[in-house]
Amino acid sequence: MREMIAFILMGIGVAFNLLGCIGLIRLPDLYNRLQASTKCVTLGTIFIMAGVLVYSGWNGVGIKALLTLVFILITAPTAAHALARGAHKSGVKLWEKSVCDKYEEEKK
Amino acid sequence: MIMTIFVYIYILLLACFLCLYRIGRGPTAPDRTVAIDILGILVVGFCGFLSVLTGRDFYMNVAISWALLSFIGTLALAKYLEGKGFDE
Repeated sequence: MREMIAFILMGIGVAFNLLGCIGLIRLPDLYNRLQASTKCVTLGTIFIMAGVLVYSGWNGVGIKALLTLVFILITAPTAAHALARGAHKSGVKLWEKSVCDKYEEEKK
Repeated sequence: MIMTIFVYIYILLLACFLCLYRIGRGPTAPDRTVAIDILGILVVGFCGFLSVLTGRDFYMNVAISWALLSFIGTLALAKYLEGKGFDE
């Protein structure tokens, strides 16, 4: 039963990872690609690590999986935010059908 | 049950190849940096699967250090794109 719950959690995580990478291929703009892929892949890897934790229980592997989960939950959105800020300051254009750019208005 | 892990590993491998396509194709440098960041997070999940599959625990140490190094590398590349020095 515990293995079943672990495999279901890992399956949800793998599905989110694959959808995030399809978004990385299909979307037209850097910022669209960044938000789709970062959110989906972060959630998917968190689900995979929760599956490893449920599968192995409270031993060394499970505690390290919990540590990795917390670490990814903190660092991946930070890295994505810094990357979007750096890309906007280095002059990457938005998609031509984008409707608003609040950061550009803020800088004026 | 062990076949399920193999199916999951092959799906993650397909996702990694999609990221490699974006690294090779991406028009500007920030596109490639985004794809490298995503590839780093995918490899962390891959290490978790390898740890479950083989029953050895050092793959989790690899996962923790890979997550840390990927974060530091992405942050350094973002600062470089922004055009500042590393000490601000």
